[in-house]
Amino acid sequence: MSSPLLTATQLVKNFGGLTAVANVSVHFDQNELIGLIGPNGAGKTTLFNLLTGVTPVSSGTISLYTDHGVQTLNGKKPAQIAQAGLSRTFQNIRLFKALSVRDNVRIAMTNHYHESFYSCLLRTPHFYRTEAAMTAATQKLLALFDLTAVADQPAKNLPYGVQRRLEIVRALATKPKLLFLDEPAAGMNPEETADLTRLIRQIQQDFHITVVLIEHDMSLVMNVVERLYVLEHGALLAEGTPSEIQKNPAVIKAYLGDDA
Amino acid sequence: MKARLRANLTWLALMVLGFVVIDSCEFTGLINTFIENMLVTIGINVILATGLNLIIGFSGQFSLGHAGFMAIGAYATGIITQTMATPAGFFISMVVGMLIAIVAALIVGIPTLRLRGDYLAIATMGAAEIIRLLINNLKITNGAAGLFNIPALASWATVYVLMCLTTIVTVNFIHSRSGRAIMAVREDEIAAEAMGINTTRWKLAAFVFGAATAAIGGSLHAAYIQTIAPSDFNIMASIAILIVVVLGGVGSMTGTFVAAVGLGALDTILQNFGTLRMIIYSLALILIMIFKPSGLLGTWELSFRRLNRHHLKEVTNHE
Repeated sequence: MSSPLLTATQLVKNFGGLTAVANVSVHFDQNELIGLIGPNGAGKTTLFNLLTGVTPVSSGTISLYTDHGVQTLNGKKPAQIAQAGLSRTFQNIRLFKALSVRDNVRIAMTNHYHESFYSCLLRTPHFYRTEAAMTAATQKLLALFDLTAVADQPAKNLPYGVQRRLEIVRALATKPKLLFLDEPAAGMNPEETADLTRLIRQIQQDFHITVVLIEHDMSLVMNVVERLYVLEHGALLAEGTPSEIQKNPAVIKAYLGDDA
Repeated sequence: MKARLRANLTWLALMVLGFVVIDSCEFTGLINTFIENMLVTIGINVILATGLNLIIGFSGQFSLGHAGFMAIGAYATGIITQTMATPAGFFISMVVGMLIAIVAALIVGIPTLRLRGDYLAIATMGAAEIIRLLINNLKITNGAAGLFNIPALASWATVYVLMCLTTIVTVNFIHSRSGRAIMAVREDEIAAEAMGINTTRWKLAAFVFGAATAAIGGSLHAAYIQTIAPSDFNIMASIAILIVVVLGGVGSMTGTFVAAVGLGALDTILQNFGTLRMIIYSLALILIMIFKPSGLLGTWELSFRRLNRHHLKEVTNHE
């Protein structure tokens, strides 16, 4: 039905003697919403880090399907992977704290609006045009996610939930094909989580992108995702739709123990 | 559009006004050689410190080797203008100095910018020492004795105009895509990488840009003072520039201006106090560090656009 966007086969990551990710193979399709769950220390964030190039893989291949064919992402730097269309948020928010909300978003657009070195030093009309186009695009994004009122504030002054939202908006500003959200609901109250649920659905529909999210909040996961991967001890434990996963005995055992 | 034009015109008017004021003071004899010397030192310090502030304050890389790049500019001018003692020769020498500084910054920057904090500071300091020692031992630079009788091809006006130009260019650089990318690297390297920003490239860009402006400062120094020696560009010279940046506020170009002017004036006023001068000087620094650790102005910048907007708001509020 849908065409593949990214496949990872037989991914392994060793940290010294510890195998954080062991032979994990996953595939994400176009315009899909996928969840990645598992107990603490299961290797979820490590898997994100491998896919986005933050940590290099020990072995395995990562392939991205683009209009120009299949592209291997192994050994690429995070910046190159981001330029290829993979964007992410971080478990412990990593905004550009001292910079304004607007600048946070504009920085993410760096690769889409080219200003030559000389045009920015000499302030040519081309510079002002690009800058205006970038600012307009930023304004549009900020308006879409209800951040216009705080556009000039430094990111560090925002409330926690808004910082999380800004991080998602910043990731979207890179025009990704695939968006990784690392525990977007962490530290949020139920009301904020409900907002986030709506937000994630809206993103997937409006931007036609694939969203992969790590989440501990099961109400969010089960409500939103179409397909789930369950990790435990660095290995893939199960894969399926939310209802399949909920009935999976191995998953129940991993989460609740033998006696459950 | 209109607001931008008005702000730019205000800046232009300010620069012209500064020029006219100094020029008329010079004409009426209010400025003697002594004060002119102070003004030129301030101007050169502004050029050097804005470049260093770009590296330290905006890209967040701690460099202690600024005097090394200044030396390259100074010696390029010193050597070239001795055979080409014309204004054209001076500008050619300045461009040559910048180009050599850019190449040197690339050679130094590519391996060292992987380091962070203290390690980077030590590596850049070492690089500057290497440059100084090379100059100390080469024949063309006349070794430790240095160069003298360099043609006087830079007047206070040359320094003033170039100070304005480098500041405009540096500020333009900061307020652009490049400047934002550089600040993103300072704020969070991992996040910047994840947003598709090639952090190595932008760190290097800031470093090379700063080195090129340092070479301009060096050229002016050589052509105005007319005597240069390797010992003028030792680690203390780098630290003197660093003090201007730290005192004014790391990340504030306005602060760099204020600190350069303030320190230049303080230096001149305290000239008659002999040894006491160093004590007062360091006391002033200690007091600033205690009561305003982020520097005089922190990261605040003077902006006529903002002032205009503010003014408009107040006017409408009163109506």
